[in-house]
Amino acid sequence: MGQQVFAYIIHKDGVADDTALELIAAAGKLDTDASVTAVIAGAGSELDSVCNEVASFFDEVWKIDNPALAYVTAEVLRPLLVRILPKHGIVLVPHDHFGMDLAPGLSIKINAAYLPDVVDFEGIDNGKLKAVREEYTGQVSTHVLSDISQGAVITVRPGSFKADERKSGDGLVIDKTAQAIESGLLVGAHRFLEIIEAQVGEVDITKSDILVSVGRGIEDQDNMEMIFELAEAMAGDVSCSRPIVDAKWLEKSRQVGTSGQTVKPKVYMALGISGAFQHVGGLKGSPFVIAINKNPRAPIFQVADVGIVGDILDFIPELTERINELKSA
Amino acid sequence: MEAALISPAKATVFGIPTVIFSLIIPIVGVGIFTYIIALRLKPMVKACPDPRLNRPAHRFFKMIKYAVGQYRHPRYMDAGIIHIIIFAGFVILSLRSITIVMSGLSSSFVLPRMGGISGQIYLVLKDVAETFVLLACLAALYRRIVIKPERYAVPAKYGKEHTREAVLVLLLIIGLVTCDMLFEGSRAAAEIQKGFKTEILVPITGTWLAAHVLTVVPVHTLQNLHLGAYFTHEIIFFFFLCFLPLGKHFHVLTSLPNVFFMKLDKGTVKPVKWGVEDEDLDELESFGVKKFEDFTWKHMLDFYSCADCGRCSDNCPANAVGRPLSPRFISIKCRDYSFNKYPLIGKPANNRSLIGHVLEEDEIWSCTTCGACEQECPLFIEYIDKIIDIRRGMVDEGMVPQSLQKPLRAIEKRGNPYGKMEKKRGDWTKDLPEDFNVKILGKNGTADTLYFVDSVTSYDDRIQEIGRAAARFLDAAGIDFGILGPAERDSGHEVKRFGEEMLFQDLRDRNTDAILNSGAKNIITTDPHTFNALKNDYKGIPPVEHISRTIINAVTWGNIRLKHIENPGKIYTYHDPCYLGRHNNLYDDPRKAIDAIPGIKRIEMEGNCRDRSFCCGGGGLMLFYEPIEEKRMSQVRVEMAKQAGANVMVTACPFCMVNIEDAIKTSGLEGEMEAIDLVELIERHMIID
Amino acid sequence: MEILVCVKRVPDPSENEIEVNKDGTDIEGDDLVYSVNEWDNYAVEEAIRIRDKVGGSVTVVSVGDEEAEEVVRREMAMGADKGILLSDDAFEGSDGKGIASILTAQVKKENYDLILTGALADDGAAQVGGMLAAMLDWPFASLVNFIEILDDKKIKVGREIAGGNQEMYEMDLPCVLSIQTGINEPRYVSIRGIRKVASLEIPVHTAGDLGISPESVGEAGANTKCLDYFVPELGDGARILEGSTDEIIDNLIELLKAKGGIK
Repeated sequence: MGQQVFAYIIHKDGVADDTALELIAAAGKLDTDASVTAVIAGAGSELDSVCNEVASFFDEVWKIDNPALAYVTAEVLRPLLVRILPKHGIVLVPHDHFGMDLAPGLSIKINAAYLPDVVDFEGIDNGKLKAVREEYTGQVSTHVLSDISQGAVITVRPGSFKADERKSGDGLVIDKTAQAIESGLLVGAHRFLEIIEAQVGEVDITKSDILVSVGRGIEDQDNMEMIFELAEAMAGDVSCSRPIVDAKWLEKSRQVGTSGQTVKPKVYMALGISGAFQHVGGLKGSPFVIAINKNPRAPIFQVADVGIVGDILDFIPELTERINELKSA
Repeated sequence: MEAALISPAKATVFGIPTVIFSLIIPIVGVGIFTYIIALRLKPMVKACPDPRLNRPAHRFFKMIKYAVGQYRHPRYMDAGIIHIIIFAGFVILSLRSITIVMSGLSSSFVLPRMGGISGQIYLVLKDVAETFVLLACLAALYRRIVIKPERYAVPAKYGKEHTREAVLVLLLIIGLVTCDMLFEGSRAAAEIQKGFKTEILVPITGTWLAAHVLTVVPVHTLQNLHLGAYFTHEIIFFFFLCFLPLGKHFHVLTSLPNVFFMKLDKGTVKPVKWGVEDEDLDELESFGVKKFEDFTWKHMLDFYSCADCGRCSDNCPANAVGRPLSPRFISIKCRDYSFNKYPLIGKPANNRSLIGHVLEEDEIWSCTTCGACEQECPLFIEYIDKIIDIRRGMVDEGMVPQSLQKPLRAIEKRGNPYGKMEKKRGDWTKDLPEDFNVKILGKNGTADTLYFVDSVTSYDDRIQEIGRAAARFLDAAGIDFGILGPAERDSGHEVKRFGEEMLFQDLRDRNTDAILNSGAKNIITTDPHTFNALKNDYKGIPPVEHISRTIINAVTWGNIRLKHIENPGKIYTYHDPCYLGRHNNLYDDPRKAIDAIPGIKRIEMEGNCRDRSFCCGGGGLMLFYEPIEEKRMSQVRVEMAKQAGANVMVTACPFCMVNIEDAIKTSGLEGEMEAIDLVELIERHMIID
Repeated sequence: MEILVCVKRVPDPSENEIEVNKDGTDIEGDDLVYSVNEWDNYAVEEAIRIRDKVGGSVTVVSVGDEEAEEVVRREMAMGADKGILLSDDAFEGSDGKGIASILTAQVKKENYDLILTGALADDGAAQVGGMLAAMLDWPFASLVNFIEILDDKKIKVGREIAGGNQEMYEMDLPCVLSIQTGINEPRYVSIRGIRKVASLEIPVHTAGDLGISPESVGEAGANTKCLDYFVPELGDGARILEGSTDEIIDNLIELLKAKGGIK
């Protein structure tokens, strides 16, 4: 392919996001021979520690260091990337709330092809990349063909590419700050104010070992009680998918997913949850996932270790009873 | 003949002839009264039309039965009897009041035909009536002040207690009858003292008592008492007259006309606007009730007529489970708003939309249209039509809860609230035995009978079983039937009752075409909502019957035979679906059908059956609505069945089945209670040769 | 404030069973019903609320064939003041960039202060808003779940980010925002409402009207092409427990014990 591949690294509190490794894996699938450059924007010592961490598994690390980048926003970053990216480069960005902000506009500004929310690559032929995407909330998949010979911005769905182990590398950290910020930062039209933190609920599901998670399949608010009973029997906590929060049956702090909490339980019961990637994206640390769903084609069965095809309303009360019997025995 | 005491018509006080007061008080009183009534009529003149003069003889009969005969009052026995006594007393004493007022002008005044013996009889009657009214008022006071029945309570969100007004009125009535007793009694006492001939004094009546107590009082004191009682009566009387249209006692004046103008056809819904044909509805500027003047004049009269008795809310299932709806306060809040907007003095309240200022969105969506309130109201105040009219206004403004928007849109696109494919509408028949062929009328067969299945039975996994049981029953009964299959749309019963009239009309028109196209001569439904829609909302289609009637006919003519009940431990109770019972008066058919099974044990949920059945939570779109409530109606209902001693609830409505089965699960009564549809029950007991 | 809202006509997954057709060239088209993209509906509602508060007008625009007029009309029934359909045979087969450039041409013809799009649509790409902003050189924010108009020059915007947190910005107008569901509760559009706007004229602008050269858009101009559709293979996935409910639960309890789900 011969084109340079870049991976934009998201980081927080001096630590690179899990997607950094996934982007390496994605780049490898894209082109096994490609040398991959990590691009990291930030400020001061936190930035340095991310760079050092990332340098251990990327071939090269470009950093952009400016106090104004202590909180990176897409609008400020985009023109900086435009200045430092070479022609015809391939840029990989995680398809998350930051990527959605940054990437479409970036593709226009560097006049490159744009491939959003890619879940797999199936090879490059004659400058044309064959990639796999999902449509209709994952009900069908599609192969898309895109001419990336003039460069591309590709957003990669978090969790789609599994990095087996860290490539041991000894990447060089190159400071690109001067090139990126030659004529100052683009501020003014778009000013970051603050983060309004989600209200902390009665339980912190990010710290739970056992999560009994409920989705649309619960059907009715009155059935919520059986979820709590099961969670109590299992000595776990109750979490949920977005529809439950939208219906106001549980507080936002119990929502697992990309727009909710990221959780790392040991056991995760997905009850009546279809398993859209926005939900599964909130599951980290490879828990043991048990899925119960009416629809045998529900994507959650892809993620789960053990699945039961059936109505949760039939299973839950019985399961709760059996566990309680077991405990009292 | 010399009178024992000087009458008010001839007396003087400080040299002023009292006849002047006898003249001024009525003139002022009637004047103020006329002014108030004119103001009360003002919004009714601006209101929407509402033709209520059809079938006058029928209306007159109803008025005699329900307004004069107080037919519904004994449904609440204690309060009912007290009310009947006070009402009867009022009727008798109205003549007396006119006589008293007139006697202030002329001491020899008598009403026509009230001289001689009939007058004597009347006087006896009125003495008795006065005494009864007095006792009834004392009993009512005791109820109001000491017993304080719960249904009179005013929850904080609806304002202050109304007890004061009730007590004041009772005191006024007590004042009226006591004054007359003293007026008459003082004269009788003077007559006794002077040895004159007295009028007949009925023993133990108030007048009799007064006369006897007052015989010890000097005559000049009696004279003052006589005049004092007279003018106190006069003032109370006219004060009371003017007080009536200021609050809940307006019903004293409006109840007769309100009952006369009652809604005669149950189960129907009023058109969007009377006098506007369906095809002209697009021309209307606005839809439904958004502001007060969008109500019809009769609905305004309803507000005026509400006696605040709380019977509607006491029977309202939504109110019982803590939903933000209490029908009584729909009336009271709208009445109070009307009084503020058309004030007797001062500036009128601003013109405001009803929703958000007088009524709340959740309040209006909380109603299942079960009809319990209307069944109970002694004055036939309507709630369902008003609520639907308000919903029509809300739908027109886009104010529809998110949870209801999806099913409504799915009905629009797919003809069913689940958004399932039209072509799968007949798929429920696929689980019938292979050789059991259900014809699709208009497509692959003809039949005399059309089974109109409707959405829930077509698509809901559990309810499809009712459809299949119905199919097997119809087949066994030798009825040649078919279904519309993909050509059928949702009947639109709830769509109409949720205020989306134009969507309903679209569904109705498509279904009407499909039904007529099918060539069927009669229609059978298993769903009371469908039954009500086809019977009362559709026009020009073949006659429709609910399957409970079909079952009875099949049993009666021997077309099916039923076997003895297997499990003698099962105690059945029948839950009346609202749209079969209250809205269509079908209480006995399903009961007879159940009782046709040999050996079956059926009990009633006494006090909560037939027209006092408790709604399961509502059907159709109500299944999708997420109300604010403390508990589920269906759970309350299942509890009632349990209390009655039953362990099987038989119903005849798919939505009742959905709700009740759900409640059995959520109440943890699985194994103790079960639910079965009437058709399923019959089908399981059919003897198949 | 002049607001433009970009909407798309899509088969709503909640009212359709999306299946791949026989040849795998597209999704099965028979029996599909279409409606406005859910996110776009929130965007239109938000635009109407802003207009009702600060004045101005709301224009709804859609790129599509004549059938897309249906959704434009529906959003007008909701309360949008104007509707525009951008339709031309040359537009067919456009990729995200193509759609964005068609919209850019429309925006440049008029004066808009604020452009709203849905955060994403049926294809899940979430691309048109960001591209449109870049082409116009306007500021952009995606996944917007809060908008407050500060004055006629600036607005305050909230974005939905991970962890249920919200990122707050102040942005200058004009700008482009892509709207996340849940920002409001869209109003209901009644059949009567749709009928009331049935006769309103919806202007159709073609490539010529917009000054777009046909080869730069549509299939000709698309860099990204869809090759085929398929149902994802059910890979290894979960071990599905089978048998009677009791057997399944026995099995499950053993697994839970082994994995520490029952203590």
